[in-house]
Amino acid sequence: MVERIKDWISRFYLGLIILFLYAPIAVLIVLSFNSSRSRVVWGGFTLNWYSRLFSNRQIGEALSTTLIVALLSALIATVIGVLGALGIHAMREKNYQLVMVFTNIPMVNADIVTGIALMLWFVHFIPLGFGSVLLAHITFNIPYVILSVMPKIRQMNVSLYEAARDLGAGPVYGFFKVLLPQLAGGIVSGFFMAFTMSMDDFVITYFTKGPGVNTLSTMIYGEIRKGIKPEMYALSTLIFAFVFVILLAANYLPQRKKKTVKERR
Amino acid sequence: MNKLKSINKRSWLSSPYIVWIIGFTVIPMIVIFRYALTNPDGGFTFSQITAILDPVHLRALVFSLEIAVGSTLVCILLSYPLVLAMRRLNLGKQGFALFILILPMWMNFILRVLAWQMILSKNGILNFVLKGLGLEPLAIANTGTAIMIGMVYDYLPYMVLPIFNAVAEIDEDIIEAAKDLGAGGLTIFRKIILPLSIPGLLSGIVMVFVPSMTSFVVSDILGGGKLQLVGNIIEQEFTKNMNWNLGSGLSVSLMIFVLISMAFTMKHDVEGKGSAIW
Amino acid sequence: MIMKKRVVGVVLLLALCMGICTTGCSGAQEKKGSLTVFNYGEYLDPAVLDMFFEETGIEVKYEEALTPEEMYTKYKAGAIEYDLLCSTDYMLEKLIKEGELQEIDIDSMENAENIGDKYWEFSEAFDPDNQYTVPYFWGTVGILYDKTKVNDPVDSWGVLFDGSYSGEIIMQNSMRDTLSVALKALGFSLNTNDENEIRQAYELLEKQKADVQAYLVDEARDEVVAGNAALALVYSGEAYLGKEYNPDLEYVVPKEGSQVWLDSWGVTKNCKNLEMAMQFLDFLCREDIAQMNFEYIYYSTPNDAVIEALSEEERADETLVPTENATENCEVCVQQEPEVVELENELWKELKAE
Repeated sequence: MVERIKDWISRFYLGLIILFLYAPIAVLIVLSFNSSRSRVVWGGFTLNWYSRLFSNRQIGEALSTTLIVALLSALIATVIGVLGALGIHAMREKNYQLVMVFTNIPMVNADIVTGIALMLWFVHFIPLGFGSVLLAHITFNIPYVILSVMPKIRQMNVSLYEAARDLGAGPVYGFFKVLLPQLAGGIVSGFFMAFTMSMDDFVITYFTKGPGVNTLSTMIYGEIRKGIKPEMYALSTLIFAFVFVILLAANYLPQRKKKTVKERR
Repeated sequence: MNKLKSINKRSWLSSPYIVWIIGFTVIPMIVIFRYALTNPDGGFTFSQITAILDPVHLRALVFSLEIAVGSTLVCILLSYPLVLAMRRLNLGKQGFALFILILPMWMNFILRVLAWQMILSKNGILNFVLKGLGLEPLAIANTGTAIMIGMVYDYLPYMVLPIFNAVAEIDEDIIEAAKDLGAGGLTIFRKIILPLSIPGLLSGIVMVFVPSMTSFVVSDILGGGKLQLVGNIIEQEFTKNMNWNLGSGLSVSLMIFVLISMAFTMKHDVEGKGSAIW
Repeated sequence: MIMKKRVVGVVLLLALCMGICTTGCSGAQEKKGSLTVFNYGEYLDPAVLDMFFEETGIEVKYEEALTPEEMYTKYKAGAIEYDLLCSTDYMLEKLIKEGELQEIDIDSMENAENIGDKYWEFSEAFDPDNQYTVPYFWGTVGILYDKTKVNDPVDSWGVLFDGSYSGEIIMQNSMRDTLSVALKALGFSLNTNDENEIRQAYELLEKQKADVQAYLVDEARDEVVAGNAALALVYSGEAYLGKEYNPDLEYVVPKEGSQVWLDSWGVTKNCKNLEMAMQFLDFLCREDIAQMNFEYIYYSTPNDAVIEALSEEERADETLVPTENATENCEVCVQQEPEVVELENELWKELKAE
């Protein structure tokens, strides 16, 4: 009985948080069907923005740049960050603290400061364009990866790795088969944080990009003045629906298998 | 702990990262320091760094601190029950719940903040709902509360994820054993879950507190431009007033300030390192 | 964990596919050269660039800026060799004074005569001999108000300062624009270098702050449209859109006078191919092209040919075609003395910190 009340309370609480997180998303979805160009006037239902979205080349290009930059920067940041975190953790106390201080710096600086500093530095060796944006994104992504992997490393059970080595596993095999799986949760959330940071950034991207390169964020930021184009709401809604459907599918398909395993046990 | 270090000479793994730090963090920082330590004519000065003590800047710093500490605390208070509630779900659903938390962040940040403005504004959605329920409308728009809501909204996942990762790792058997020995829910939380989640909590604090000290978009849009955070002032010095020297100076002093508070956390962090390994 | 991995995998794969699938295509014209053009966001119909390429074979590499200051920062960093840029009066003045723009022969442009004399005169405030810049769009700064909430007809800045609409006012989140209003309300020039006048204006703003709902830039218009505020300080182009969305709104340039702003094109000193750059400027002045841009942006155009082609009703719209009357007491913003600018920045921060 007590357990059931607790279950009920915890589900209610989850519901509240989800309401909080999704309220603005719901607003955006509603706006994508608004026939008025203004975000504050309801002009009736329309699917017009969706059809216009597909004929808009600029948005398509911005979307692909955004996704490619986000993916690549998150992947590279994850690799460098996870290795970095493992290495830093093994450092002596003093070095450990020093490196962690530097790790925090990209987060401590206001975006504009990082953006301008990187631009002034990049100018010396790389033309501003896709590559410079990618470098900048990796730079501000790494701290998030390190910070989300670090706690996992601390909790890591090293005896498992030692046992594997004792049983003849090589260091590489041990690393991939024993160490890495223990860190999986931290790595995955680090990757997603990095991916998200990259998708959302506009200030740093703005200062490190060249002509013709646009991400969705810089595009949207440029539109605020004249009013956000409703195509953007439509695009957001589509991305949302798309990811959501995949999540549902991934959640419910393997779910059944798990249950049967449990029952057998 | 020490055994781990002595067995694995693995600090070389961080070499790519160290190179990266030097190339893309340290060198750009030198650029910023150069601006911070000169006046617009190029002469050496400390006045850009000490400018943070100017009453106007100090007030903005204190206000930023209030907002950042407040947002961090609210995030912590919201996260623990959330993580515990997620723990009650079965394993498959936990991953799903995590993604549900991250998903909103994939919508563009500016669009989400603008949506919040529409929700909170005077004739906004929240007041519309309240009126429908026969309640008094709220005047949240353009206040510190609105800024806090925006920040908590934006940074909550950065707190939840590391705490969840730490808590998910706790062996169910330990909790069962504690229960068998007569420990109540509160004791289990205080003696087992909280201490074991400290590393995650610390990461979360850094990832929420630090960015909220420097952000400016949320305060510009949800604060109605009537309230200014340090981030707004730095932004303004760079983009509106074209005074990079003062902007850099303020940024450097903010950085020193935040790093000192981080060093303070680090101290606990080191202690936490021991307690987390039990 | 297995489930997580699978989701991650699927998401990544699909994201990558989406990314690759959407990469672009190219036209039929043979490429003869290229120009790097720097402009504000959403300030040119993208179709114009395609047409320019079709007609001339010159490809435009297009870069957008959000504010004049960001544009200046990026330009000055020297990372990108811009050939042409479009900016606002006082920023153009700065660029001209720093020798960043090159002299151009405006008479050689076939379509330059489409730009009315009035606008060349406006330009003289920052480009005294009309040697560097070609007007692109212009407008005024005034009050956008909701007729259902503001009873008396508005004709003076006084309405923003007399406290009768407390909590219903939105000012611009920009020192220069907001200060200009206070200066004009007091009967001073908005380009004043007199510290005493500026301090008086500041006192007015300080007193006003309690009545101000918010200091916004881009969202000011929407707040009035949505009925969250009764009066807002906006640019005339914004006012046009506001009236489109909400017919209860009215726009006025107060009788004390206001700011006239002008966005113009200039050719940078680094421009390699002056001939192509001139071709682009001339193209922008051509009636059909100016028409396209006008219909894309809906700010006031200096192109007389386009104005003449407007309907009676549109021509009477104060937000599209400001009258001589409205602009009579108006001034174009120019650079103030450095000490004055510093003082204004200080005062602005103080105002916000109150």
